[in-house]
Amino acid sequence: MISIDNVNKWYADFQVLTNCSTEVKKGEVVVVCGPSGSGKSTLIKCVNALEPFQQGDIVVDGTSVADSKTNLPKLRSRVGMVFQHFELFPHLSITENLTIAQIKVLGRSKAEATEKGLKLLERVGLQDHAHKHPGQLSGGQQQRVAIARALAMDPVVMLFDEPTSALDPEMVNEVLDVMVQLANEGMTMMCVTHEMGFARKVADRVIFMDAGQIVEDCPKEEFFGDVSARSERAQQFLAKILQH
Amino acid sequence: MNYNWDWGIFFKSTGIGSEIYLDWFVTGLGWTIAIALVGWVIALLLGSLLGVMRTVPNRWIAGIATTYVEIFRNVPLLVQLFLWYFLVPDLLPEPLEMWFKQDLNPATSAYLSVVVCLGLFTAARVCEQVRTGIQALPQGQTAAAYAMGFRLPQIYSNVLLPQAYRIIIPPLTSEFLNIFKNSSVASLIGLMELLAQTKQTAEFSANLFEAFTLATLIYFTLNMGLMLLMRMIEHRVAVPGLIAVGGK
Ligand SMILES: Nc1ncnc2c1ncn2[C@@H]1O[C@H](COP(=O)(O)OP(=O)(O)OP(=O)(O)O)[C@@H](O)[C@H]1O
Ligand SMILES: [Mg+2]
Repeated sequence: MISIDNVNKWYADFQVLTNCSTEVKKGEVVVVCGPSGSGKSTLIKCVNALEPFQQGDIVVDGTSVADSKTNLPKLRSRVGMVFQHFELFPHLSITENLTIAQIKVLGRSKAEATEKGLKLLERVGLQDHAHKHPGQLSGGQQQRVAIARALAMDPVVMLFDEPTSALDPEMVNEVLDVMVQLANEGMTMMCVTHEMGFARKVADRVIFMDAGQIVEDCPKEEFFGDVSARSERAQQFLAKILQH
Repeated sequence: MNYNWDWGIFFKSTGIGSEIYLDWFVTGLGWTIAIALVGWVIALLLGSLLGVMRTVPNRWIAGIATTYVEIFRNVPLLVQLFLWYFLVPDLLPEPLEMWFKQDLNPATSAYLSVVVCLGLFTAARVCEQVRTGIQALPQGQTAAAYAMGFRLPQIYSNVLLPQAYRIIIPPLTSEFLNIFKNSSVASLIGLMELLAQTKQTAEFSANLFEAFTLATLIYFTLNMGLMLLMRMIEHRVAVPGLIAVGGK
């Protein structure tokens, strides 16, 4: 579904991504972790071409991101993305947030888009909030709406960039629950997250990044199984985040 | 001070036709409003376009808008007015120049000059407000819109501008009020707007203080009315759940 092939990216002289290669198969859930500044966000933003890269290629469901002939808006409309800070559109109601891209990008009718949006809103348990605005919801609720908004586009894959790290602790689980449900339904997912409980529960593979490189890329059982077999950097990182 | 106040002056005949002085003020106010409103429409449209241009990820487009702002903000308004009224018509193609100088009546040609002048001058200021409003929005809004498949023009019209305009209503209000005050420059090229009518009344009637008191009151009332109008708009478009506006 996503194949990342030898991607290199620079910000001026600074190399953010170095020879990154990996694969996410259909229905697979891959968790990406690593220390701050290691390039996790940059890597998943390359997948839907929010960030350009200078070398290598990424192919999403048969479409090359690096190919200059690729219709990027069309590609992006098939890749759902959930951000750390939700990024709902504050001036639009929840219903409008759920329908605007369906209408303006996919060309669906308002009625069709609204029906789809409300169905997804119900699925994330927020059907009573359809008429509200994002500013009237809690962080956890906003993030669930953001997930529903991405799903409304019928994406072939979902990208998550630290979807719970801006949330108060008591709201983390409501968002993770939605993500777990999504994973169990067979959605292809690439998630940057430090929620190792989530990784243990639903991930197929775990990728560990450090200094712009993919240092570890292995099945979950292997990643969490024998910690002493991991690279030194991964061990240090795991020791830090598993303490809690 | 030995001055005989006579507030009845406004109802006295001007000696020209059957007009009383108050009629002059009404005509003047009409011109003032006509200048300011049409100038404001130009300023809002052009200023928004320029403000967007300054924020797009293209150096050439942004550069054009920046140059525009630098020129129109830094040349004094009166100089701009004289250029539009005295110089620009000479640069027009012959038929247009003749039309402007000979076919139009003098009030209309002065009106066109002052409306274009104020519109373009104020556009530079509106541009800066719009730019500031757009830049105040989190980068993530644009990223989220791109991620859903929106194209850049759609992002501006659906995501960035609706939010930016809400933020900049207060500074836009003061630009709106400014264009009313600035419309008085029209009196310098002979257009009988409110200030010119006031001066004329003062000269004809010798009731200088009454005339200028009335003009002050009219400008003041106009400003208050516009301010209230903008407040109402601000409350109307306020987004539920965001920090309330206008000290609510
Ligand atoms: N626009 C930019 N210009 C220059 N450097 C950048 C830019 N964006 C990111 N970087 C740098 O690239 C590196 C990778 O950033 P990235 O955001 O991908 O890290 P991350 O792994 O997501 O970290 P975090 O956990 O803090 O989100 C960092 O060193 C960052 O400072
Ligand atoms: Mg990040």
